[in-house]
Amino acid sequence: MMTEKQPFRLATGGLVDRAAPLNFSFDGRAITGFAGDTLASALLANGVRLVGRSFKYHRPRGILSAGVEEPNALVEHRSGSRREPNSRATVLELYDGLVATSQNRWPSLRCDLLSVNSWVSSFIAAGFYYKTFMWPASFWERIYEPMIRRAAGLGRTAPAHDPDTYEKATAFCDVLVIGGGPAGIAAAVAAGRTGARVILCDEDFVLGGGLLGDKAEIDGESGVDWARTMAGELAAMPEVSVMGRTSVTGVYDGGVFGAVQRVSDHLPEPPVHQPRLRFWRIVARRSILAAGAIERPIAFGNNDRPGVMLAGSVRTYINRYGVAPGRRAVIFANNDGAAGTLDDLAAAGVGVAAVVDSRDGGSAAVSAAAARHGAVMHAGAMVTQAHGGHGLRSVEVLTSDRQRERISCDLLAMSGGWNPTIHLTSHLSGRPRWDEAAAAFLPGSLPPGMTVAGAATGNADLNACLASGAANGLAAAHDCGFSGRLPFWRGYGSGDGQSHRPVQPLWRVPGARGKAFIDFQSDVTTDDIDLSVREGFGAAEHVKRYTALGMATDQGKTSNVAALGVLAEIAGTDMASQGTTTFRPPYTPVAIGALAGHARGMDFHPRRLSPAHPFETEQGAVFVEAGAWLRAQYYPRPGETWLQSAEREVRTVRGGAGICDVSTLGKIDIQGPDARAFIERIYCNNFAGLQPGRARYGLMLREDGFVLDDGVTMCFSDTHFVMSTTTANAPVVMQHMEFHHQCVWPELDVQLTSVTEQWAQFSVAGPLSRELLRRVVDRQHDIANESFPFMSVAQVTVAGVTARLARVSFSGELAYEIAIPAQYGDSLLRELMRQGEAFGVCLYGTEALAIMRIEKGHVAGGELNGHTTAADLGLGKMMSAKKDYVGRILAQRPALRDPERPTLVGLLPLDHGSQVRAGAHLVASGQVANLENDEGYVTSSAYSPMLGRWIALGLLASGNNRTGEVVRACDPLRGTESLVEICSPQFYDPTGERLHG
Amino acid sequence: MRIHCPYCGERGVEEYSYRGDATVRRPDANGPDALERFVEYLHLRDNPAGSHQEFWQHLHGCRAWLVVQRDVRTHAIESVVAASRRVAR
Repeated sequence: MMTEKQPFRLATGGLVDRAAPLNFSFDGRAITGFAGDTLASALLANGVRLVGRSFKYHRPRGILSAGVEEPNALVEHRSGSRREPNSRATVLELYDGLVATSQNRWPSLRCDLLSVNSWVSSFIAAGFYYKTFMWPASFWERIYEPMIRRAAGLGRTAPAHDPDTYEKATAFCDVLVIGGGPAGIAAAVAAGRTGARVILCDEDFVLGGGLLGDKAEIDGESGVDWARTMAGELAAMPEVSVMGRTSVTGVYDGGVFGAVQRVSDHLPEPPVHQPRLRFWRIVARRSILAAGAIERPIAFGNNDRPGVMLAGSVRTYINRYGVAPGRRAVIFANNDGAAGTLDDLAAAGVGVAAVVDSRDGGSAAVSAAAARHGAVMHAGAMVTQAHGGHGLRSVEVLTSDRQRERISCDLLAMSGGWNPTIHLTSHLSGRPRWDEAAAAFLPGSLPPGMTVAGAATGNADLNACLASGAANGLAAAHDCGFSGRLPFWRGYGSGDGQSHRPVQPLWRVPGARGKAFIDFQSDVTTDDIDLSVREGFGAAEHVKRYTALGMATDQGKTSNVAALGVLAEIAGTDMASQGTTTFRPPYTPVAIGALAGHARGMDFHPRRLSPAHPFETEQGAVFVEAGAWLRAQYYPRPGETWLQSAEREVRTVRGGAGICDVSTLGKIDIQGPDARAFIERIYCNNFAGLQPGRARYGLMLREDGFVLDDGVTMCFSDTHFVMSTTTANAPVVMQHMEFHHQCVWPELDVQLTSVTEQWAQFSVAGPLSRELLRRVVDRQHDIANESFPFMSVAQVTVAGVTARLARVSFSGELAYEIAIPAQYGDSLLRELMRQGEAFGVCLYGTEALAIMRIEKGHVAGGELNGHTTAADLGLGKMMSAKKDYVGRILAQRPALRDPERPTLVGLLPLDHGSQVRAGAHLVASGQVANLENDEGYVTSSAYSPMLGRWIALGLLASGNNRTGEVVRACDPLRGTESLVEICSPQFYDPTGERLHG
Repeated sequence: MRIHCPYCGERGVEEYSYRGDATVRRPDANGPDALERFVEYLHLRDNPAGSHQEFWQHLHGCRAWLVVQRDVRTHAIESVVAASRRVAR
């Protein structure tokens, strides 16, 4: 009855397509499975039982489960830059060409040298690392950490950049149904029929949940067919969307859910323009958790041997995948689910050697099933130990009359009962409660708007699942204003896996021999928990941290509750008093790529380009990031270094004319009857006297008295001003002003609008700048020196287009800034350059701009660093004494007025050839360069073409009184030091004659 | 978290920017103890376990500054008003 190629594949049955073979490889071996398989089911069909090595002890591990809870069957999926470690074989949908590799073994899976860890395990029990790798400290980086890293960890990350894309999306619905089993389907259909907007998320690739692994019937058809019928009905509803391969991973405030959709993860490569994963933010008014239940393992000796599986998963492999997970089975259970397991194994032709029912006296239902199939019944008995190395060979049973009996088998189907999948109910701090009858944690307080249906309530009976799903679905739709009739379905069989009651809790087998694992993935045994308690870490949260229990990628789905059970036994208390560990998002692992979406590399944040970017690119600009902007840094000519370019640009500006794109400067349009009053309160200096047609430099403080930003504000009328800010601070200043307008002085009648992106703006600087502009600005505007002096502003036209002209200067030269609506920016720059040809004009970038402002001692980012006061920057006299403004009061604090505060100074290296770099610290000459003697630091430096030497600005303690003194500029990071002379920060044209030329 | 902007309707928290305590008011700069009051205004904050009045700005929306009454234990939002429209104390 087994097919030849896949020795454990059943001849018939299951939801796999035997006409669609799929070739894949595991550890380089070519194997064949079928469409509809998972990697795990295909491996089992081919008799591959050993699939990995464990985390700490490198023990051979097989396949425990058939779902997301899998702690053992973790593989590296794909190869090269798409390699993904710790992929669960049990949920990895098989495709043609799939490549999987076992992990955490060396040199090979069958011969793993590090499995000696298992023999020296007494030395690496819980807390071992805490106790051992402590001294000496110097050993940590060189010896301990590399050693631990080699021995531990699971899998390897991809060696190269991920070639795939990921995206994020948002969806809205009335009712979100989480889980596509009988309860979830019933809920979605009940809500969907009312016309409500419904989203059903199911992590599986086939809708049906527990029905797929079961032989249930609903209304006369198989559960599988019913699920198909309902899926068809849901697909036809326009307001319903069924999202398969989508795991809801987190619950957040306000009805927000996170969900990861595996768009292309089941394909060899994502199709063109498709992401691998899509992370959804789903906003739902109501939600129904129908996530089913996860079966519990039992802790007995060597319970991690390949061939020891969860009973419900055994049934799933038989019924859904048409695979016999073994040839000769023993069932070990503490609940009536054993009867169904027995039926399914027998139907699949798997011999059942024995049924071991741990419950005192067993149960009639299980005994009857054993009799029916001729299996030996051991009631009130326990499996104490499993034997076999790379695969199960036999189990040892301790019978009710204390006899030890060895039964040969290659499959043990175990069931310690079921844990309702209630993780999502506690993401908003809801505490699960222990229910004695269900012997399980049930949902406690729920997130607002959420109800729970199906096996997640602790009742896995099929009719209860269908009924609770339908009722909750309809109620949720009702809450959203929809109405409809309550659907009714009659089911036969069980819902999510098993009708498991009555259940008698069994966490660990007394008298077990060998390692009895509680947490398979973290390699935590019952002994580790004992040790943890003995050493004083007995609280659940302490055990978790001391042993790493539940901290692996499976987040303890099969182990957390069992660990609490063991703790309760040790403490002699009941489960309820043990509390529970906290479930946190994500429910299942989410690739970082999915959370990042498109925001990576150059797309990490939006990139803003100046309107003249195309022309600047044509001119060969090298761009630099300034905030979100790309700004031209310099315009190299063939053979030039960046410094040579910047030097040439400076000389051209100072000798004739140059043009710099300053579109990125923040521009805030301020209008209203109280515009001037508002500006007066925002800037520390006086704006009361600023006349229309004039501009003024303004300095803005934070409320704590430190400088926030500076810039020029233009007055067009008493009710209309335009403020400019530094590029980097533009968003901060806007927010600062909006706050003060709306929250502090809402009575002021003023409107603020950011117009940064609406205007392109160019600085035209140099002695010939006026003549150049004369050729560009329309003739009727008078811009002669006398009629348009320094700090004049006017609305002008350029080729008939409205523009703004301001005579302001950052370079210290005769200079103008001309602004034009953004769509004309590129054209204006081209025209300025065309007309400027006669004057030898050049474009200049931020490097030349920085050199010229340092030559002039103008402050910028290095000095406006949030730690400086107006007085520190030599601008203390700007602070008006005649008005209230933001920062006025707290700037009076003694520490801010300390005369010994570092203040702005100019610095000249004594050695003309030597360079002082920003960041170097200033130490008085003759003093040791240490923290105590630190007197300040260099904030900006540049090579000055005009002075022919390096110059710098810095902040130096009592700097105002130290002109002429020589101090050390020490740069221990770069290993340099030079002597510098303190001077005025105005290196070039200190009297400012050039401005007025 | 979702915040109901009085101008734009309910929007995700990612559109908003948080500032903090909205119960503090900028003191009279001409008062005799102005320095002390301003230090309190800027630095002293209550940290109630429960309902809290705080400033949020609908930064990636209409840019309105809002006063949000929020229970910091549950994140439940009780009320939202535009800061410029709130009744002066």
